[in-house]
Amino acid sequence: MATIQMPQSQKKPATVQKEDAMLLQKEMINRNYHELATAHETGRKVSATFVPGNLNELLMCFDFARSLPETNALQNGMRKKSGKMIMDAERDGHSEDVCTYVKADLGMMLQGEVGPTGEKLPRPDVLLLSYTGCFTFMKWFELVRQKYDCETVMLHVPYQGDGHISPNMREYVVKQLKEKVIPTLERVSGVKFDIDRLRQYMRESTKAEEDLVAVLHSAKNRPSPIDGYFGGVYYIGPIFTAFRGAPEATEYYRVLRAEIEERVRAKKGPVTPEGELEDEKYRLVVEGPPNWTHFRDFWKMFYEEGAVVVASTYSKVGGVYDFGFRHDPDHPLESLAEYCLGCYTNLNFPQRIDMICRYLDEYQADGLLINSIKSCNSFSAGQLLMLREVEKRTGKPAAFIESDLVDPRYFSAANIKNRLESYFQMIKQKRAAAGAAVH
Amino acid sequence: MRCFIGIDLGSTTTKSVVIDEERNILGRGITNSRSNYDTAANIAKQEALVNARFHLFRGALKKSGALNGGLDEFVGQLERDFRLEQFTEQLADLEAVCGRNVDGGKFGDFAKPVVAALEETFRRLKLEAPELFAPGAKRKSDFFRDIAGSRYLAIGEEVAKAAELRYDFLLNIFDRSIIEVENREYGDSISKNLLAALDRTFRVLPEAAKRGEAIRAPIQGVLETALEESYVIGTGYGRARLPFSKEHVRSEILCHGLGAHVMYPHTATVLDIGGQDTKAIQVDRQGIVESFQMNDRCAAGCGRYLGYIADEMNMGLHELGPLAMKATKTVRINSTCTVFAGAELRDRLSLGEKREDIMAGLHRAIILRAMSILARSGGIRNEFTFTGGVAKNEAAVKALRDLIFENYGEMTINIDPDSIFTGALGGATFAWRAVVEEGKLAEARV
Amino acid sequence: MKLTDIVARCEHLFEDLDFNAVKEWKAAQPGRMAIGYMPIYVPREIIHAAGMLPVGIYGGGDQIEVIQGDAYYQSYICRIPRSTVELGLTGRLDCLDGMLFPSICDVIRNLSGMWQLMFKDKYVHYVDVPQNYDDSIGGEFYAHEMQQVREDLAKLRGKPITDDELRAAIAVYNDNRAAIAELYAYRAQAPWQAPTSEVYLVLRAGLVLPPEAHTQLVRDYLAAVKAEQRPKKDNARVVLTGAFCEQPPLSLIKSIEMAGCYVVDDDFVLVSRWLREPVPTDGDPLTALSKAFLHHSVQSSPKYDERREDKGKFLLHQVKTRGAEGVIFAAPSFCDPALLERPMLQEVLAKHKVPYTAFKYAENTGQMAPIREQAGTFADSIKLWSAA
Repeated sequence: MATIQMPQSQKKPATVQKEDAMLLQKEMINRNYHELATAHETGRKVSATFVPGNLNELLMCFDFARSLPETNALQNGMRKKSGKMIMDAERDGHSEDVCTYVKADLGMMLQGEVGPTGEKLPRPDVLLLSYTGCFTFMKWFELVRQKYDCETVMLHVPYQGDGHISPNMREYVVKQLKEKVIPTLERVSGVKFDIDRLRQYMRESTKAEEDLVAVLHSAKNRPSPIDGYFGGVYYIGPIFTAFRGAPEATEYYRVLRAEIEERVRAKKGPVTPEGELEDEKYRLVVEGPPNWTHFRDFWKMFYEEGAVVVASTYSKVGGVYDFGFRHDPDHPLESLAEYCLGCYTNLNFPQRIDMICRYLDEYQADGLLINSIKSCNSFSAGQLLMLREVEKRTGKPAAFIESDLVDPRYFSAANIKNRLESYFQMIKQKRAAAGAAVH
Repeated sequence: MRCFIGIDLGSTTTKSVVIDEERNILGRGITNSRSNYDTAANIAKQEALVNARFHLFRGALKKSGALNGGLDEFVGQLERDFRLEQFTEQLADLEAVCGRNVDGGKFGDFAKPVVAALEETFRRLKLEAPELFAPGAKRKSDFFRDIAGSRYLAIGEEVAKAAELRYDFLLNIFDRSIIEVENREYGDSISKNLLAALDRTFRVLPEAAKRGEAIRAPIQGVLETALEESYVIGTGYGRARLPFSKEHVRSEILCHGLGAHVMYPHTATVLDIGGQDTKAIQVDRQGIVESFQMNDRCAAGCGRYLGYIADEMNMGLHELGPLAMKATKTVRINSTCTVFAGAELRDRLSLGEKREDIMAGLHRAIILRAMSILARSGGIRNEFTFTGGVAKNEAAVKALRDLIFENYGEMTINIDPDSIFTGALGGATFAWRAVVEEGKLAEARV
Repeated sequence: MKLTDIVARCEHLFEDLDFNAVKEWKAAQPGRMAIGYMPIYVPREIIHAAGMLPVGIYGGGDQIEVIQGDAYYQSYICRIPRSTVELGLTGRLDCLDGMLFPSICDVIRNLSGMWQLMFKDKYVHYVDVPQNYDDSIGGEFYAHEMQQVREDLAKLRGKPITDDELRAAIAVYNDNRAAIAELYAYRAQAPWQAPTSEVYLVLRAGLVLPPEAHTQLVRDYLAAVKAEQRPKKDNARVVLTGAFCEQPPLSLIKSIEMAGCYVVDDDFVLVSRWLREPVPTDGDPLTALSKAFLHHSVQSSPKYDERREDKGKFLLHQVKTRGAEGVIFAAPSFCDPALLERPMLQEVLAKHKVPYTAFKYAENTGQMAPIREQAGTFADSIKLWSAA
């Protein structure tokens, strides 16, 4: 999902912003892939699970090396490897209509399970099917199970259809944790569950969550010191994946927060692959995941025009922390349930729209941009209503572009650029008209 | 006088519009986009400026009363003569380039007969040129490449045959030469060609020649007025390739919205269906875009869909509309998918449905897609302006009128025969606003 | 009743996108209410127990022009939500007092929230079902979910729904399921007598008729068709699977039959056959419904298979018990559940040497020639294969 390496600057900016946090993250990711590659040699068991509703603290309690297939797919997308994998999977009988994360993952298996860093990815010993906010997850792990025949444990996280978490929903998830998930993980790993260990990891999580929220909120400043979408995917990397609850993640967020707070003090704009953005012209809220195969080109279309994403919904897929939720060491299983139930794609449409309207207001954004992803019906189905509704409620302009996660065939640069330019100019013109009306 | 220019660089044609300080349209120009966007933009602009001169001639001549009654005939003749002068100049240029290209053609022993064949071809081309620009003559296209190309090929074939020379030698030379000529600009010779055209016109219209000086004076007056390019705005799909600074570039959505507003000031909703995309635009009372939607990845509902159907039916694109107008009922076509529509069409034909009824269904299907894109952008509000190539298709217009009535009730629907210039007009108006309203420095770009 | 009349009536109900049958039912007694539901499964017993009419909304078919609905969906999303939105926005669903959106996929799930925004004055609810099949875990969760629906509907009608009302409703639907099971068994036995193009229409009538009337209709059809002597053809016997949500056009079903295939089992309108055993009418009714869901419901791709070896079991069961010679995978374009499931099912079939073919459709698919061609070739190959 979001553990990607910061692209290298093409032209070095005059003063290179050395971001310690970035280096820390890079180390963490490489180490994790290495741990995965060597897990079986070193006698460790391997788990695989999804980003939304991932139970990292719990998996750590059983000493699993932790793999996240979405992350593998996106890493392969950024390294331009996903196109072939997807076509291989399609040749193997998978429909062109379905999610390309799944096909990239299955295609990678067909190619001999070599991971994004070139090291071999091990077969998971357990698939923790946290079925949270995305129907495809369920079929994805059934498909993997069909191939690997490995142990699979389902954690069904009910959808917030009525816009709230009922006691019945919470209880259902807790019961599954107690009676299904934990016993299975104990059996597969051979490690006895220790709830105090879980509490300890959760204390780490809470600290990291606090710092992450501070970083995300920093975009309320003018200029915003961060890009909450293109930069945001780096910031959420550790906490959405194999590191939440680990002390190195806590350290990462401490360093990151300090760096960002320094940028706020210095009134600096966000760092882009081509250096610091100096002139913030447009402030946007973005809904929907990014495209990974052309991530840099896509980003460039924004920073070239002086557009900064001040808030994004995608940076909430692995947990919505900015409205107060924190993992609670005093109620570990209940808070894991709440965490899963509260992930962005598990929210209903009115909740998602409320959240976006709130962002537009609180971050003083100029408008909403929806990047509609072909693969991801959970995000995409209904986004056109979202667009109309947000426009209606906020009076701010919204625009719509389309791409895909990791299928390079679905990225039309000319098309997207055309729409983005039109959108930016529309904002500018409206602003001018509003200004004229005031005088 | 101060002029404000908009240039719309489309994928097939490049359009330009010139307006004056009072925002009157002075001239329009159009050319094929060719491989070189730079040249296309320049040529379209020159065409528009020439067109503007004729507009001004007409105004000046009318004011002077020198022609009273014979004004239309005179200006029409003058314009044809001017086109002929331009054509002749380009033809001479083409001949020279072709001659030079014989050397590099590796024709060996055949070089001499090739030169002779070229001479003969161009002799005949020059000879027949006046006919091409005679009153009432029909030309398939106004672009030099098309006119000269089709005649060169026809005459060249005859000449080659007579000389027992391989025809492809001549083809080869033409292909290598036309691009160079096409990408040349003849801006400097406009005045010269105009004066030469005036002499020609006086020869054809002796009545007018009798009032020669009275006519010449206002024309001379116009020619002496510099058309100052105060500000230029570029737009269209190829705008990114224009050698303009960002200040001088606007998206075609904005230009289209504004252009439609200028043509019909009460426009609230604009639909543009072009070959490659469909746009639905909502504008406010000032012509500022409030929201817009374009067709998604799927080409359904674009002009291309009709092109595909035309291929499938083995018909010309322009024949589809008239055929559909003969329908007595509308066959329901469900596939707006360009690929599936062909299969569905064959299915319907095999079931014995009439071609015209199927055509009516296909036109309805394409407009249904457009209706959805319109709904996506916020629906149809009064007044509604329809632009783009498909707006020239009467069956599409009929389907649109029907569907608007069924879904939104009575609406004012505007369709301008010159709607192809909508984007350029919007660009010109943006140029005007930049200088007159925003006080941007007058600056000529191209 | 004459067979042709029964079929004509069903066809009329099927084609009526204004839901006049629902309007008539409501008009017959003031205060009556109707609750719509989408595929794949909702416990209709609760709606019936509330004295309301459950109405299945299965898209708009191939006779509706979709304009508004298309405005809300990208080209890569299936058609059923488009035509359903179109039905709603054109006022054709005004006769419904509420809508239930079952857990089936992300598109329908999101539609539940869209519906809440588009039809603010209606009752709208997303019905979650468990993907955990333990009585004490998924069973309890589901019973609570149903209790929620029960309370919501009680509020709507202004008085609680009693256990006895629920038990009575369960009995009514047990009877309906029994009649349909009988119809399906008969069709498998004599598919030339009860062609799927008719059986399908009879089934569809159950989406708009009260269950008691529908049960009678099914039995009437069965009696009438048994009295006929229809010509038997040398067709291949197939199970059609994947069509559990967006329905193929009727002409597609006819095309498959005309091409030489007898459909001897399918997953159309699965709501009416979801529970495979009669639900006990004693004890706590919601517990009974919950247990029936956990332990006796059909397998379908929106449901999780707990164990790898369970994959495809139900499909194989259909093939075996119905004496099918092959399987047609007919899935709506862009249908995530059906298309993601398909390779797994195909692997199972291949292992058991059951031949299959696959294609995609949309509810408004207009070109039948390729489908006739494919189904015909499949039927021929089955015959060759079995002759060899």
